[in-house]
Amino acid sequence: MTALESPPRDAATDRWSSGVIPYAQMGYWQPDYVPKDTDVLCAFRITPQDGVPPEEAAAAVAGESSTATWTVVWTDRLTAYEHYQAKAYRVEPVTGTPGQYIALIAYELDLFEEGSIANLTSSIIGNVFGFKALRALRLEDMRIPLHYVNTFQGPPHGIVMEREYLNKYGRPLLGATTKPKLGLSARNYGRVVYEALRGGLDFTKDDENINSQPFMRWRDRYLSSIEAVSKAMAETGEIKGHYLNVTAGDMEAMYERAEFAKELGSVVIMLDLTVGFTAMTSMSKWARRNGVLLHLHRAGHGTYTRQKTHGVSFRVIAKWCRLLGVDHIHAGTVVGKLEGDPNMVQGYYDTLRKSFVPRDLMHGIYFDQDWGSMPGVMPVASGGIHAGQTHQLLHYLGEDTILQFGGGTIGHPMGVAAGATANRTAVEVIVQARNEGRDYFTEGPELLRAAGRWCAPLRAALDVWGDISFNYESTDTPDVATTATPA
Amino acid sequence: MHLTQGTFSYLPPLTDTQVRAQVQYALDNNWALSVEFTDDPHPRNFLWEMWGLPMFDMRDPAAILLEVQRCRDAYPARYVRVNAYDRQLGRQTTALSFIVQRPTNETGFRLERQEGPDRQVRYTLHAYATDRASGERYEG
Repeated sequence: MTALESPPRDAATDRWSSGVIPYAQMGYWQPDYVPKDTDVLCAFRITPQDGVPPEEAAAAVAGESSTATWTVVWTDRLTAYEHYQAKAYRVEPVTGTPGQYIALIAYELDLFEEGSIANLTSSIIGNVFGFKALRALRLEDMRIPLHYVNTFQGPPHGIVMEREYLNKYGRPLLGATTKPKLGLSARNYGRVVYEALRGGLDFTKDDENINSQPFMRWRDRYLSSIEAVSKAMAETGEIKGHYLNVTAGDMEAMYERAEFAKELGSVVIMLDLTVGFTAMTSMSKWARRNGVLLHLHRAGHGTYTRQKTHGVSFRVIAKWCRLLGVDHIHAGTVVGKLEGDPNMVQGYYDTLRKSFVPRDLMHGIYFDQDWGSMPGVMPVASGGIHAGQTHQLLHYLGEDTILQFGGGTIGHPMGVAAGATANRTAVEVIVQARNEGRDYFTEGPELLRAAGRWCAPLRAALDVWGDISFNYESTDTPDVATTATPA
Repeated sequence: MHLTQGTFSYLPPLTDTQVRAQVQYALDNNWALSVEFTDDPHPRNFLWEMWGLPMFDMRDPAAILLEVQRCRDAYPARYVRVNAYDRQLGRQTTALSFIVQRPTNETGFRLERQEGPDRQVRYTLHAYATDRASGERYEG
């Protein structure tokens, strides 16, 4: 007989008898609990195995992600265990999806080390995702109390400081990832960077998997990229940057690369999510100390964020990354080639940018989240987007964002610089129209076509990509309604 | 060269009607308008000269356009920009900034390279205009 099958026993007499009792009976299910302002709150989507009551499944998650183990231990009685036990306080079935429940669990703040995402995640997602009593488990959202928020550094600079640093206001920033991702020599690489920046982009970017390979070592890439950035600045009189990827096999190598990037005068470096939360936190502190913007590529996140029943929602990853502190993070495009329901993406963007994000199930937000004065992170839209979608991108993503047209710059028929000019012009045309009070979302294609009459690169971009769209249904959508992903 | 600082530098020069529409947008957002000018357009020179104080209490776009015109008339050979400032908590920074006048001959920048060891180069941007004294730049 397992704990989950065992009959309830008299709590007063049997709570401390050796053996196995249900987690709910050990105090991890407390339907009357009123969460404190200082509690960390979690919303889990739980899919219990057949025969496991949802309350017991929720209690098991609460138990295993806080103080419990599978059996009664008398050493609990050496502690103020009521204080440390996580409390599952609500379980509700998911409408229209039999077998799934949303469980809300409250965690005492004392369970977590200050300023440590590693510690927070070792508790919350450390053990429970392999739990046999559950068929699947997903961490949908977390409420981080302001008391805990304030133990983190947050973004090294944040949106406001970045805009002042770059001297760029009132429009989305523009970037492009150098393509092909792999294989270019340093000299060829610098050529792409130079052309894209002089044509009108603000940033170019190393791709996530470009680190230091035989075809191009990191130091050579850095030297040629900064030559390109500097030349483009002289041609335009505008501040430019290239995200130099410092991702490496160990921290010492990352610091070495970051120091070199700083010495060369780079305004920005980048990291991949694959380096892990602690490495990201260390680089965040380095970036604050050295005045270099920090870009994060969310490499690998799809392995655990995409499926609706199991894993961790990207909005939670976004929250952790704002806490540990990055200046940019890829957060979806709505349109384009990669997964992204518009409501869910709205939730990610709000989580990254706003000071206060109210509960809104339509956007996948389960709790009010107060960020206090922690600066916002610039969300990056990247993946299969092009100038012809600019009106949609501004509508869905707003102004404090970086639009990255990689293929949409480098694949331009008139060359890389023309591709960049097309994108920059499209953005300025749509922002101008929005500010003038035009219905830019509806009139977008028309406004862009009209601008194509005086901007040949934009006309050419629209001719090549104007009709390209990626119409697939999203897998990660809100429970409260289904919406089609726009093309 | 064509200086591409500012929100709308890739568009054809804005007409006064278009400038007015942007000013109205700023006013509708409760942003304060200001006018600035310079003959030192280095991208890291954020301290353009102020044409008076930010117009915190001025709600009339026509009056703001008048200040723009007065600045242009006083400094016909300099860059002039309009800024909109957002004072709300969490922003407290510029919200919009665009160029409304350029010198007829934008002379641009020289890229100076100081070559060091290990193939390292220190880069400096030098505005040709600043070879001449302020006030004498972009004149001829």
